[in-house]
Amino acid sequence: MWQSIKLEPSRFVLHFAVLLIVAIWTFPTAGLLVSSLRDKDLIATSGWWTALSTTDRSAQGRMAAADKQTSKDGKFEISGNIFDGTEVSGLVRAFGLKVQNPSEFAVDTTATFDDGKTLLVKADGSYVFTSPVAFEGDRGQRLFYITSQPPKFTTENYSTVLFSEGIGRAFINSLTVTIPATIIPILFAAFAAYALAWMKLPGRGFIIAVIVGLLVVPLQMSLIPLLKIYNASGFLSKTYLGIWLAHTGFGLPFAIYLLRSYIAGLPRDLIESAQVDGANDFKIFLRIVLPLCFPALASFAIFQFLWVWNDLLVAIVFLGSGEEQLVLTGKLNGLLGSRGGNWEILTASAFVTIIVPLTVFFALQRYFVRGLLAGSVKGG
Amino acid sequence: MAAIKLSKINKSYGTVHILKDVSLEIKSGEFMIFVGPSGCGKSTLLRSICGLENISSGVLEIDNAVVNEVPPSKRGIAMVFQSYALYPHMSVYENISFALENQGLPRDEIKKKVEKVGELLQLTPYLTRLPKALSGGQRQRVAIGRAIVRGAKVFLFDEPLSNLDAALRVQTRMEIAKLKRDMPNTTMVYVTHDQVEAMTLADRICVLDQGRIAQVGTPMELYDRPANVFVAGFIGSPKMNFIAGEFAKNHKCTTFGIRPEHLTIAKSKGAIKGVVDYSEILGSDSFLYVETEHGLLTAREIGKTTVKNGETVWLTPDPKLVHRFDETGKRID
Repeated sequence: MWQSIKLEPSRFVLHFAVLLIVAIWTFPTAGLLVSSLRDKDLIATSGWWTALSTTDRSAQGRMAAADKQTSKDGKFEISGNIFDGTEVSGLVRAFGLKVQNPSEFAVDTTATFDDGKTLLVKADGSYVFTSPVAFEGDRGQRLFYITSQPPKFTTENYSTVLFSEGIGRAFINSLTVTIPATIIPILFAAFAAYALAWMKLPGRGFIIAVIVGLLVVPLQMSLIPLLKIYNASGFLSKTYLGIWLAHTGFGLPFAIYLLRSYIAGLPRDLIESAQVDGANDFKIFLRIVLPLCFPALASFAIFQFLWVWNDLLVAIVFLGSGEEQLVLTGKLNGLLGSRGGNWEILTASAFVTIIVPLTVFFALQRYFVRGLLAGSVKGG
Repeated sequence: MAAIKLSKINKSYGTVHILKDVSLEIKSGEFMIFVGPSGCGKSTLLRSICGLENISSGVLEIDNAVVNEVPPSKRGIAMVFQSYALYPHMSVYENISFALENQGLPRDEIKKKVEKVGELLQLTPYLTRLPKALSGGQRQRVAIGRAIVRGAKVFLFDEPLSNLDAALRVQTRMEIAKLKRDMPNTTMVYVTHDQVEAMTLADRICVLDQGRIAQVGTPMELYDRPANVFVAGFIGSPKMNFIAGEFAKNHKCTTFGIRPEHLTIAKSKGAIKGVVDYSEILGSDSFLYVETEHGLLTAREIGKTTVKNGETVWLTPDPKLVHRFDETGKRID
């Protein structure tokens, strides 16, 4: 029992590193989420970590004019609520009649002035202003006060970016690009991976070597030739079909490599047993290999989905920039230029952009980890 | 009913020659066991019969039809793999029915056959389970069930017991023996490196040594009259004692062999004098390792021995049960 609790230095370092990674990853994400849910004025004046504390805000207003005065016991009195007719809310913390000192008197205390006037302001904004002589003038006395704002969260930013800034449309465009661009390479790669792992073909080793070689070819190298082909073909340039094929091509070497190493690690007996049972290669692939390599398929799907979702370069090159085609990353890039100062827009847009990768990651994370180990442990 | 005939089968991987001129006839309904040390080619031979390996040269016939180029599923054979090779994502029912499904049988016929096999092997309660929810012995039975359901004429077993623990191994060995008794017309070919399995199950044993057949015969033929030094040393536990040199020459041979159970142990006199180096007492019998002028010899005494380590004993071979081999290792009669 004691041995298992013993603190080994290597475990300590490991745990510390994990903790650090979690912190580095979590803090910005949490900050982004909190910021995107805050009021736009609050984002501009205070950091997201103060979101849960109350903040002070100074404001001013006018009390009612002299025509509202009532007379009582030889005193004249004006009463009302300072919040009436303003957008200010919250609780009054202090007040004053001079602009230089809006917090001269604490709330709920009666302030007495030199000319005999008294003023009482309560936290809810109601006030009673009395005077020994009748009030005059057709405008009320100005009142300066400090309110404390309770924490306030709003989804308004999201409705703004989704419906009036075009993020909603871009979101759908991104999904239109990403989902087929994830599924198509899986379909091709799974077949190729099975063939390269278990079928006896001439030149199999050479094909595998070529595919591994393609892993290190930078994508940028092929942009111009590919674009030329697309433009010559006429029907592929600036279309969804074109970008699906482009992403498929760029994703295939990794897909085949990952799936092949996983499928090749399936026990040989299993494949041979199916052969003895009279299954042909297609049937073995469909009934035995495909269900068993689901973890590898899922892990590749995550990789490809995240990569395509976050891609800007390929989308800009192969897809148009019109409303109907601009993807999220492109839209976000545009917003950075045009609405650079509007943090509430940027944070909400950014969070809309990462919500899908986060969901995908958390939904499939057990396959993610298993997929990273693909091939290293027999049978996965 | 299927006889298997191997004629001059050769198999090589590149420059490595695994099987060398293997010729063998397995009779219909026979239980044939291939034994040999690891790397002797016994599994390769089985896989060649199965069709999972192509043979480099030679002729392989099943029921007088040449099957060199026939795919495994068309050879009328079934194979039980060492790892059972159950499909892990399929239920026991699906595992057993997979082959029938591939034959395109109608659904209700498949159901009938699978249920019959399930009953035969006492797997009925487990038909809906996945293989991972079964014990080792049950998995073994599913693997055998897969072979039975196809109605194959030839069963091939590739070390089917090596994944089981000792107690289960003995039990499963008996079940396989019963299975063979219940299916007298089915030819069974079985690979093992465990000579106890070979001796207890086989009608005939084929001993392989470095890709060649060393001897084929019934278990008792191999025990009583090993054809060469290799078989003599491989069959029998503990190993046969071999004595070369002057002593062998006196017996008109190059190698003189005597099994531990055919040496009489005496404390006063005998043919070979030696000192007990070490003894293993198993209760039913005891094995003495005796250091003599001819090297370390093993002798068996029935029951618990009274001889202590370091004591001097005399060993006498039973003259009717000695084995003599010439300079090429062949038996001299």
